[in-house]
This record gives sequence, structure tokens and C-alpha cells, in this order.
Amino acid sequence: MQKRVVFNNRLLPYALLAPQILVTAVFFFWPAGQAIYQSAFIPDPFGLKSQFVGFGNFEFLFSDPYYLASFQTTAVFSAAVTLLSMGAALWLAVMADRIIKGSGAYRTLLIWPYAVAPAIAGVLWLFMFNPNVGLVAWYLNAIGYDWNHVLNDGEAMGLVVVASAWRQISYNFLFFLAGLQAIPRSVIEAAAIDGASFWKRFWTIVFPLLSPTTFFLLVVNIVYAFFETFGVIHTITGGGPQQATTILVYKVYADGFVGQDLGSSAAQSVVLLVVVGLLTVVQFRYVERKVHY
Amino acid sequence: MSGMVEKRGIGTWLTHLSLIAGIAAICFPIYVAFVASTVTQPEIARPPMPLLPGSHFLENYGTALSQGINSPVWLMLMNSSIMALGIAIGKIAISILSAYAIVYFRFPFRMVFFWLIFLTLMLPVEVRIVPTYEVAAGFGMLNSYSGLILPLIASATATFLFRQFFLTVPDELIEAARVDGAGPIRFFIDILLPMSRTNIAALFVILFIYGWNQYLWPLLITTKPEMNTIVMGIKQMFPSGDDVAEWPVIMATALMAMLPPVAVVVFMQGLFVKGLVDTEK
Repeated sequence: MQKRVVFNNRLLPYALLAPQILVTAVFFFWPAGQAIYQSAFIPDPFGLKSQFVGFGNFEFLFSDPYYLASFQTTAVFSAAVTLLSMGAALWLAVMADRIIKGSGAYRTLLIWPYAVAPAIAGVLWLFMFNPNVGLVAWYLNAIGYDWNHVLNDGEAMGLVVVASAWRQISYNFLFFLAGLQAIPRSVIEAAAIDGASFWKRFWTIVFPLLSPTTFFLLVVNIVYAFFETFGVIHTITGGGPQQATTILVYKVYADGFVGQDLGSSAAQSVVLLVVVGLLTVVQFRYVERKVHY
Repeated sequence: MSGMVEKRGIGTWLTHLSLIAGIAAICFPIYVAFVASTVTQPEIARPPMPLLPGSHFLENYGTALSQGINSPVWLMLMNSSIMALGIAIGKIAISILSAYAIVYFRFPFRMVFFWLIFLTLMLPVEVRIVPTYEVAAGFGMLNSYSGLILPLIASATATFLFRQFFLTVPDELIEAARVDGAGPIRFFIDILLPMSRTNIAALFVILFIYGWNQYLWPLLITTKPEMNTIVMGIKQMFPSGDDVAEWPVIMATALMAMLPPVAVVVFMQGLFVKGLVDTEK
């Protein structure tokens, strides 16, 4: 799509573009190029000179059991966050959609957690489940369950999943509700008159018509779980116990800044660039298809 | 009454009940945090903590605001405000200008620039964190507001949003402007900018929240406590080692850290929803 009528001016468009291109070049392309460049070298321990290793860092990464474990952790984590936040949001949206009066009030009460930073969400959940003073941990202990996410892998994973999903429910709720409200009432009423029960109507009519929204949210939630949950992990578990909650983004940080293994961290950045690229392609294919609906 | 036919099945009371249960579950962490921010340290250190708010609200919030633990909360709130406003305003300013250039002008390499901006859609800062930090450090941007703001203000999303909007603006307007002898800068300031008001406002709400909630970037860029933002500063409030954290002050800080963005969402709900829907197109 293009404008038929445009201004003719030689220098002005470049001047208008300059600030964004400058910032993009300095803080996006230069660092991304650096990541690709550094991924082909191993710096010596004193940081004085680097040795060219080609794809050595990548070969090392993909034979490193910790890195492969981090892939698996990320997959489990993302799947759990996506399922939990989308499932809860869909349930709440279906309920809110049934209400004619007052759904606005429910919406207000459900959307605000989106504004809570992942790191703050992490601190809130950490406090409730803190093994020494946490309210929920204490009551779990009182009924005979010994909660300690500092030592237990599964509990640590469960806690970061719930804290991450918690704030994302708002977002999913908003889009599911909009999707539900866009379904023509006449279609649902026709099925109701034919005697289809609520759940039958939901699975045979509503859910299939909602699939574009569901697919869109699936991609958004995976991207969220992959890249925006750093704050949750960093505040609650710090990747532990024993790397049980070290997702890929956390590992880039831990290896690069804490471990000072710059070659490996750069190679991991490059791998993540590829992952983001793939997810973006998936998202755009979806956008293209949406146009043809 | 319309809409009543399909209301058979689950009763309406069950609908309200599950919504209220859902809201209660979602609000529970905030309630616990609020209670903790109104009691004393010994009350928390000897579990279980109370289930009802205590009487130390003013004391805890006062301590947090004026002293904090490493850095007073009022200072961190100010740093966060500067960062969030800088990111929101900066992103909008550079994006609206570049979108204007791409839509309303024809010039060599136009599509190259378009794709250069577009590619940044794929590069979240978390992914290229080490080299971006090195660049910022190389410019001497550590512990500065420009270091907090500048690396985060390039955004393809905002540019796209403005581009989409400009494409829907009727061509007759620019023809009329030209007949009246208005040049590109006049047209932008007098016609396009006022027409973009709602889009700018919606985008501002989303970008303010984005900027306020940044965590990893300020964590790396600010090493001095007086430059900490509140979202990253809260992690610094936890003691290292076996000391017991000062939970009442930390929880008061957590609630103050979420108040500005939550208020923006609740009071500007219309713009917030529009912003969310627009930016995800």
C-alpha cells in the first residue's frame, strides 16, 4: 500500500529517519553484529587476545549437557506458562462473556496484573512461598506438606511458572473476551434453540471460531515465556536449584555476566536470535492468513 | 429479552461465582503483600504472619520512602519515572518522524530503511544483552539516564503503528494542504500530529508501562544505588547470606513499585486496551 500523493523533498526524509536509524544502528545492529562476531572466538582467561574457533562455540554448546538441559527446561517452562495462563484466561473470559451487565467491572478487576512488572510479580510470589516466613508455605507445612522450593526442583519450577502465568492471564483474558464478543450472537442462539447444551455449543461452535485468537495468543505467550520472564526467574530462584529453572535467556545472562564466558554467551545470543526469527516468521504467516479470512 | 435463549445450562450464579473466585485468586498475592506492609518485622519473622492488616502502615511506608534499604524509595520512584517517560516520549518521537518519512516521501533506499527498522522487531534486548551492555559502557553511559533510556527507544512496533495509521489518512488532506501552500513540516504539525492524538496517547500508555517495568537493563546499567530504578532496586533490598529480609519495608516498596503502572491501566483503560490491540497487529 502506498500514498498516491507525496511530498518532493530531497533531504528532509533522511533527516526525519536519522534519529531512529542512528539509535537502531548503534544499539541493535552493532551489538547483534558483535554477538555474531564474538561467537566465533574464545577469549583467553585474561581477556588480552581471542582465538578464532569458527563454529567451535556452537559445537561446544550443542554437546554441553547443561545447555541442552536448559533447552528442555525452557520448553517445559514455556509450555506450562502458556497452558496455565491461556486456560485460566479462557475460562474467565467465557464466564465474563455470559454476563450482560457488569462485565465491565469484572474486566477492570482482571486486567490490572498486566501492569505489574515480572520482577515484582516474582517478589510477591516469593514472599508467599518463602520456606521460612511465607504464608502459603507455612499452611502447607501445617497440613503436612514440606514446601521448600530452594531445594526442590519441581517446586521451584512450579513457583516460577505460576508467578509468570499470573500476570499474563490479564492479557489473554482481554483478547479472549474480545474474540468471544466478536462471535455473532445469532450463531450461538440458533444452536441453543436446537437444544445444544452450553458445553456442546462451546466445543463445537465457539472454540473453533475462536481459533485465530487462540493461535495468536499461543505465539505471544511463548514469546513472553521465552524472553520476558527473566525478572521472575532472577527474583525467585536465580536459575536454581542446580539450574532447574535456568531458561535460555537466563543462561545468556548467567554465562555472560556471572560466568564471564563471553564466547559461549555470544553463541547463545546467536541461537536465540534464530529462535526469535523463527517465532516472528510464524507470527507473520498467521497475520497473512488472517487477511484472507 | 435478547441473549436469554442461550442462557440455559450453567446457572448465572455459577458464572458470577467462578469470576469472583478467579478475581480473589488473582488478587490474593497483592492482599498478602499489603498485610505484610502494615505489620512489624517480628510479626512476620514468627510465622504464620497475620491475616488481617496491622497498624504500622504509615511507619513502614515512611521508612521505605525516606530511607529504603540501599536507596530511598522516593529516589528510585523518581528514577523510574524519568526512565519510563524518557522511553515512552523518545520512542513516540523518533517513530512518528520515521513513519512520516516512509509514508509521505519517495526517496532512494526508502525500502532499505524500512526493512532495517523492521528487523529490530526480532531483537529483544535480553537476547543481545552482553554486546549491548558493552556498547553502552563504551559510550560511558553506565549510571546515567541516557544509558537507561537511549538503548531502549528504538522500536519497530511504534513505527509500524504510525505507518498503518498514516496510510488510512485520506490523500485529499495532503492535496488540500498543498493547494494552500503548506510544506511537509506545516502539514505534519498542523494536520497529521493533531489527527494522531488518540494513537499517540494509546501508545504512550503501553510504552510507559513497558519502560517502568524494565528489569534486566537497569540491573546491568546502574551500579550506584542512587541510580537504581524501583523495579530492579527491589531485588537489591534482599540481604545476601542468612540475614532475614525486612519484609514489611520490601512489601511496601513492591506495592509502591506497581502503583503507577496499575493506576495508568485502571484509569486509562480505554486507551490501554486500544494500545494493546494496536501494538499486537
